[in-house]
Amino acid sequence: MSGASLPTAAPAPVPAPATKRAAFPARALRWTRRLPLSGKVGLAFVLFWLVIALIGPLLAPYPIGAFVDENVFSPASRTFLLGSDYLGRDVLSRLLHAARYTVGLGAGAALLACTVGTGLALVAAVGRGWVDELLSRFMDTVISIPSKILALVMVAAFGSSLWLLLLIAGLTYVPGNYRIARALAVNLNQMDFVSVARARGERRAYIALSEILPNMLHPLLADFGLRFVFIVLLLSALSFLGLGVQPPQADLGSLVRENISGIAEGAPAILMPALAIATLTVSVNLLIDALPHRGRN
Amino acid sequence: MSDPATAPDTPHVPPHVPPHVTVTNLRIAARGPDGQDIVIVDDVSFAIPKGEVLALIGESGSGKTTIALSLLGHVRPGAAITGGSITVGDAAIRSLTPAALRDLRGNRIAYVAQSAASAFNPSRTLMDQVVEPALIHDLLPRPAAEAKAVELFRALGLPKPDTIGQRYPHQLSGGQLQRLMAAMALITDPELVILDEPTTALDVTTQIGVLQAFRAVVRDRGTTAVYVSHDLAVVAQMADHIVVLNRGRVRETGRVHQILQSPRDDYTKTLMAAAHPVVEAAQDKPRTAPVPLLQIEGLTAGYGRVDAQGRPAVPVLRDIGLTLHRGEILGVIGESGSGKSTLARVIAGLLPPARGRISLDGAPLAPGLDGRSRDDFRRVQIVFQNADVALNPAHSVGQILKRPLAFYHGLTGAAADARVAELLERIQLPRTLADRPCTDLSGGQKQRVNLARALAAGPDLILCDEVTSALDTVVGAAILDLLADLRRELGIAMVFISHDISTVRAICDDILVLYSGDVVDQGPRAAFGSPPHHPYTDLLIRSVPEMRPGWLPEGLGAPALPPIDPLAGDADLCRFLPRCNVRVAGLCDRIAPPRHDLAAGNAILCHLEEGPLAVAQRAEALV
Repeated sequence: MSGASLPTAAPAPVPAPATKRAAFPARALRWTRRLPLSGKVGLAFVLFWLVIALIGPLLAPYPIGAFVDENVFSPASRTFLLGSDYLGRDVLSRLLHAARYTVGLGAGAALLACTVGTGLALVAAVGRGWVDELLSRFMDTVISIPSKILALVMVAAFGSSLWLLLLIAGLTYVPGNYRIARALAVNLNQMDFVSVARARGERRAYIALSEILPNMLHPLLADFGLRFVFIVLLLSALSFLGLGVQPPQADLGSLVRENISGIAEGAPAILMPALAIATLTVSVNLLIDALPHRGRN
Repeated sequence: MSDPATAPDTPHVPPHVPPHVTVTNLRIAARGPDGQDIVIVDDVSFAIPKGEVLALIGESGSGKTTIALSLLGHVRPGAAITGGSITVGDAAIRSLTPAALRDLRGNRIAYVAQSAASAFNPSRTLMDQVVEPALIHDLLPRPAAEAKAVELFRALGLPKPDTIGQRYPHQLSGGQLQRLMAAMALITDPELVILDEPTTALDVTTQIGVLQAFRAVVRDRGTTAVYVSHDLAVVAQMADHIVVLNRGRVRETGRVHQILQSPRDDYTKTLMAAAHPVVEAAQDKPRTAPVPLLQIEGLTAGYGRVDAQGRPAVPVLRDIGLTLHRGEILGVIGESGSGKSTLARVIAGLLPPARGRISLDGAPLAPGLDGRSRDDFRRVQIVFQNADVALNPAHSVGQILKRPLAFYHGLTGAAADARVAELLERIQLPRTLADRPCTDLSGGQKQRVNLARALAAGPDLILCDEVTSALDTVVGAAILDLLADLRRELGIAMVFISHDISTVRAICDDILVLYSGDVVDQGPRAAFGSPPHHPYTDLLIRSVPEMRPGWLPEGLGAPALPPIDPLAGDADLCRFLPRCNVRVAGLCDRIAPPRHDLAAGNAILCHLEEGPLAVAQRAEALV
């Protein structure tokens, strides 16, 4: 109730620990500074594309589907900074809109694939025996279904929607990630520190999440970068079949596909989206490769 | 005949003959992560006369391997030779071009690495690999090289020298591979051989044969050799000169006799002291509790399917029984493959036994992990040999120590921090280490954290599986002292597993000797001080190198064993029979041995009675 009787002069038994951790911006800055040059370049491009994905449509000078140029494949000009496409639409505006789909769907589906794949891999590695056998054979079955046929069937059954695309692209790459994560987890499960945890009486969930998972992160991130690239490619293939992002919206892959006839003229309509895909995928992998390596080796 | 002008007997090399290998003011540095140079080897000088063996001795990090590799003109990536000179014969190593170095390596200068098992390519036959140096340097045509290899196999005492080359690395034992690697090094008749800890990874009983083989071939061929080791007793058998290194500097140089008998440097004295661990043993006070802390009866364990009689397909331990009282240390000793680590895993619950009972404080302990309560887990803690893989590299020291505190005692926050600081103090590490990732620590520090994690649980029993084997002698001796303190001050009982009988004799109250899954000898420490022992215990004790030159018997391999009938396949006979030097034909090869007590208080699994064993083993001691 009242603090009057507290001996204010008494020294605290444990000195209050000084604020050990600096504020977030300072820590982020220090972290960035420690990255090698390739990592800094990767980080810069990744951040750039994240910002574009968030606010791109607000920056677009024209609506996405508007036919604004009388010429097709016109070169860069003051009115159309990146020229116009095969129907006379503004490439810059379409690029700014499309980045959102590619970044969002690519990252979302890669995240989905890696979360589900790694989660099941951990269950298999820690469960061993028939749990492992059942999951692994199920994944073998899934991996044998051609992804584009599966996508075709799904779209035919449920109609094309963004959520369905995300789900299809994600689930398609679950088995690949599962295979890699399981191989890593099974090896780590043999390590002495896992034996120590088991002899301590730890539950399987703790062993999987606290002992095994942190040591898998770096190779898993590399796998994430790979899946991300695959998914961007899958999405553009789906767009080509008319199953992907539906017009007038487009993702970066479909911008390349639809302007393919401009390649002879070297039109910016095809070069720019291609460059966008290249910078996005390369920078994601540059950043991941440069991440500080904690753990084994 | 001979020139009458030269003296018939010149035991000493004339002083004007220059030494074969000369290293002067050698300095090797590496670029650290912050751009600063780290000096690994600082101002090292030594010389080796032709045909003699020089030992580089020191703890890990002393720069001994770095110096040895620099004789080949090789430094590890990131490091560079920054000063000094190296001369081998007429070659000034530092001024050679890469092509000239390539011509030298594996030809005039050869290298034998520590782990032969990982140095051989598993997918090629051994002969292919052994003759390779001679072929790539165009020294011999292949048939001649193969003939020479067979001759070397014979000289090195390898079994079936004519056909062993057709086998693959996985088909041979570690000791045999180490000898094959020596054959590979010697096939080009090099003038200098560098042996980098070639027997460190071997069992003591295997080590003897390999050392004998190495010494014989190096002497017979008049090869100059550099022997890198951390073990003074081994070096005493092999070397003519010793260079004692510490942190990249030479502490002392001299002939073997001088260093061993009258070391001048304090560091050399520390090394010598650490080689003979003397740990204050517990007083022989009467046992207060009648119920032992740990009791094991009729324990059989192994891998694979268990049959109707409770025998696993691959049995590792057979019918083990032991008792351990509170605050005592039981030593378990045996060579690799004897089942000693399996015993620890069975007690910890990691491997459920096929048969037998384990009880803790009189109450039965569930065989596997599933039936054990959290308190059962808390009371039995296991510490593994290799702290590099026993500590999760993704966790900090603090995280590692806090987990058992939270898991068993519900301690979190400031209380846990305080307890971690207390634990670090107890294991003699600075408190500030708590925030560091465990990958930043040295080998000895890691092993202390490994122990502290077990202590954090507040256990009654710690299973120490070869906790000092991967460490340097000095660091290992400090860990032994720490274990003795823990037992004395906290009354924690331990099962101390080791392959090193001198360590076990220094620290343990009772000793149990495992051979191929059987307890062959078991009793109080005092019983292991003098013969008679079980023949295998005797072999182990005799195999520990002594720190005096001339201890290693001359010749190759073990003396012939008494003849017995060809062994029947699966008869349940004494498992030590094929190696036993006191076996009796008609008895040992017919009937399974009984277990009986010797006067000193140990129980052995052997047909022989006290008298004949004592006579045989006293006779060996006199040889």
